[in-house]
Amino acid sequence: MKLKKMADLYISFCKIGGLTFGGGLAMLPMLQREVVQNHHWCKEEEILDMYAIGQCTPGIIAVNTATYVGYKQAGFPGSIAATLGVVSPSIIIICLIASILQSFIHLPTVVHALAGIRIIVCALMLSTVVSMARKGIIDLLGGILFAASFLLACFTPIPTAAIIVIAGIIGAIAQGLKRRYKK
Amino acid sequence: MIYLTLAYEFFKIGLFSIGGGMATIPFLMDLTAKYDWYTAGELANMIAISESTPGPVGINMATYAGYEAAGIPGAIIATLSLTAPALVIIIIIAKFLENFSENQTVKAVFYGIRPTVAALIGYAVWELLQITMVVTKNGEKRIDLLSVLICLNIFLLLQIKPLKKLHPLIWIIAGAVIGIIFQL
Repeated sequence: MKLKKMADLYISFCKIGGLTFGGGLAMLPMLQREVVQNHHWCKEEEILDMYAIGQCTPGIIAVNTATYVGYKQAGFPGSIAATLGVVSPSIIIICLIASILQSFIHLPTVVHALAGIRIIVCALMLSTVVSMARKGIIDLLGGILFAASFLLACFTPIPTAAIIVIAGIIGAIAQGLKRRYKK
Repeated sequence: MIYLTLAYEFFKIGLFSIGGGMATIPFLMDLTAKYDWYTAGELANMIAISESTPGPVGINMATYAGYEAAGIPGAIIATLSLTAPALVIIIIIAKFLENFSENQTVKAVFYGIRPTVAALIGYAVWELLQITMVVTKNGEKRIDLLSVLICLNIFLLLQIKPLKKLHPLIWIIAGAVIGIIFQL
């Protein structure tokens, strides 16, 4: 019985991984159809809660959701089955593309196309930074953290992980002080 | 032993990249300075391909980076190592913590982390801009004005509401066409 459930979890999350472009929020409609409507593994609200958790835990949101649903359905083995399911299509597709691209990468047309794509990637990422900053910076301290993190990452050898940890600690202290001050 | 190094580096990325796939990019950028697995320019290609193929972007990028470093075994090891820390953390949350995202302390920590994650992606953009906008001609470094203009225009277009919602794949195809037309 448990094996059947694990196979179901693997196949469902394989579908979710293989049929959504972009991950994250783009995955939500597919997730709702497979997990909520087809299999009744969890309720609609649970998926949304999971997204909220996924955004404030380390790791890829799509994978975190898979792990959570898998665990709730079939414990630790279920979480493994669902997680492997959601990453399987990526491993196959990306390895295929990477190996094909290696034999075309020296053609002049491909070189030009990739040069153009790199510029677009810069613009797309810059746009992501702007919208993340707009949502994430809610007051002066947020602005200072943003500027300081950027400068530290660009011009000092401080590890990226350390910057994130320090920012989390500063956030916790600032909010703690705020609460105490209000009382 | 490259597999162990890959496992260690991607486990670390999985542990510290908070807020989804894009948050892994600054770490992937750091790897270009530490190892010769791929260059910053190749990272830009990897980002483009990961955004235009099915599957979570963060997973696609890890798979690609692992493949560039050590072939198919590398791809599998990088991807599984990236997911390992989250697997443990999510199971702990699922088992013990109710209303994790409503917790005061969690909220306070994220109040600090969110601007920083945006800034760190900004750092990755800064590095990418340097390699795409600066060209070396006759041993002299100078800024390629055409690239700057294209980038700026696309960025401005991306700020328009209906265009913002277009899938990245469409923009990436447009980029390929622009690259071929202008012989970039």
